[in-house]
Amino acid sequence: MIEARGLSKRFQDKKRGEIKAVDNVSFACKPGQIYGLLGANGAGKTTTLRMLATILEPTDGTAVVSGYDVIDHPEKVRAHVGFLSTATALYPRLTSQEMVEYFGRLNGLDEATLKKRVDDIFNRLDMNGFRDRRCDKLSTGMKQKTSIARTLVHDPPVMIFDEPTTGLDVMTARTIIGFIADCRDRGKAVIFSTHIMSEVERLCDHVGIIHDGKLLEEGTVPELRAKYSEHNLEEIIVRVVGPLHSSLEA
Amino acid sequence: MNFRNVGIVYRKELTEWVRDRRTLISTVLVPLLAFPILMVGMISLTTVMIGKAEKEIPKVMVLGGEDSPQILQKLRQVDKLEIVPAADDYKKRISEKEIRAAVEIPKGFDSALSRGEEQTVKIYFYEGEIKSSFGANHVEKFFKDYRDTVVASRLASRNVPASIIKPFEVKQENVAPPEKVSGAALGGILGYMVILLSMTGAIYPAIDLTAGEKERGTMETILSSPISRLDLVLGKFFLVLSASLTTAILAIFSMGTSFYVVGKSGLVPSKNAAALQLHIGLATVLSVFLMALPLAVFFAAVLLTISLFAKTYKEAQSYLTPMTFVVVIPAVASLLPGVELTPKLALIPILSTSLVCKEIVAGTFHWNYIILILLSSSVYAAAGLFLAVKMFQRESVLFRS
Repeated sequence: MIEARGLSKRFQDKKRGEIKAVDNVSFACKPGQIYGLLGANGAGKTTTLRMLATILEPTDGTAVVSGYDVIDHPEKVRAHVGFLSTATALYPRLTSQEMVEYFGRLNGLDEATLKKRVDDIFNRLDMNGFRDRRCDKLSTGMKQKTSIARTLVHDPPVMIFDEPTTGLDVMTARTIIGFIADCRDRGKAVIFSTHIMSEVERLCDHVGIIHDGKLLEEGTVPELRAKYSEHNLEEIIVRVVGPLHSSLEA
Repeated sequence: MNFRNVGIVYRKELTEWVRDRRTLISTVLVPLLAFPILMVGMISLTTVMIGKAEKEIPKVMVLGGEDSPQILQKLRQVDKLEIVPAADDYKKRISEKEIRAAVEIPKGFDSALSRGEEQTVKIYFYEGEIKSSFGANHVEKFFKDYRDTVVASRLASRNVPASIIKPFEVKQENVAPPEKVSGAALGGILGYMVILLSMTGAIYPAIDLTAGEKERGTMETILSSPISRLDLVLGKFFLVLSASLTTAILAIFSMGTSFYVVGKSGLVPSKNAAALQLHIGLATVLSVFLMALPLAVFFAAVLLTISLFAKTYKEAQSYLTPMTFVVVIPAVASLLPGVELTPKLALIPILSTSLVCKEIVAGTFHWNYIILILLSSSVYAAAGLFLAVKMFQRESVLFRS
């Protein structure tokens, strides 16, 4: 379960002064659900997800992830979260297996459990062919699988994906999409940010549209289509964000 | 703090570190090979150059002396000199190394000598040019020997004993034990090397583990794991410290071996070889490392802090390069003659450690200073480590864009 309660994040910029990257954002994602966070670049998606993963600390508000408050128990939260983004790279000089084992140990797994878990994941993701290959020698697809294995090794109940398919080829992106769907089927609460509407339509139970740090709209995809009398999700986002754009431009 | 997590991070960083070719070069190969190559190379070159200079029979021009056949004849009889005819451009010829020296014999030298009149023989040479100095030395020795012979014969003709002009001898005798003699010469260098190498050995891993991680995109990966920032920074810190100490230990081992081998090899004359034999025991070396340990901790922490601030490897390098000067200047200052420990200097990091190491290697243990320096450098080390931990907790530094 993920519950954001008035999450806000302000940064100080030397030139622009105070910037509200995320402004009073609240939403919830239940186990077995995928929540899609949609918005343009710079809308505040990554900052929101980083706060949920406790990589960044909220300036105001809070969030509860798997029953732990992100401010009071950040380490407990991280132990219950699998976080994957385009910015979470692999250690080039570790092998695929060492990479996964490292994160398993950091998550407190004992050696027997770790071995069992690693074998299970490597079999499930068909990774045995490159388990002893260094990460800097892996193809993009192999790297993504290793990253997925890294997020799964401690079997977290919550998964957070920040634009996980950006820059990937079709086949690798399909693997990721399949994996996200699999997470939901296994009863995990999944938060997912993307620019690709086909992925949203295929995966998301709930979506939130974020712009300039504010959560402007929220609902299921059918609810949003009904509310805006529009089938195309892109058009819906433009209409949600549009009035704000117009007022800014005026 | 969770020791298990610190150990996990340390082991992982160690695995990556030993697999990095650049590490092998900067931490192992450079300190192990630099000293033997430098030592053997420099000493061999110097020995060859000096040997060649010593073997050469210098060409010496004799200016004047036409009216003094006696001295001219004696000069010509010297095996180690090749006398060349006089010319007006002798200074130019010395400068251009056509001849090594010139000697000017005063007018009427032989007859003035027989009359017992005082006169001056001038020797021209090019200072700083070793072969010219050797030539001039040969000429000077010849004239001094000749003067002594003249004095001896004058005394003998007057029936005066030779001791009349040398009523007593003056002789210096060394009371310092051998380790103090070598300590005075090499002690400063040992401390200096340990300090400098513990800094240079820490630079590369400090950058790789911070700015390098940011650049490779693995910082966010590790921050998404449950490890606390304190455990993370400590794991990284211990690796940087290990690299720093490994570099220093390998360099000292290599330096000691080089001194020993060169001293025994016969490459240098035996009286100089004795000076190269380090009379430094294991206890002394360990004491130097003990004194340098808080400084190595300080370096590791400060270098981690500074390079964490950088966004890229290159940016970190540009921050850390000036750091080398910050370390070298006080370390070199301690090598200057006359710079000795005072209570105020004992509080200056780097300089104080370098000075106390010099004393320790020379066999002198000023316990008051040793304790004061250990305390002060431990305080600096703790402050550096505290700063590094604080830096790892600052989002503006970790996600600086």
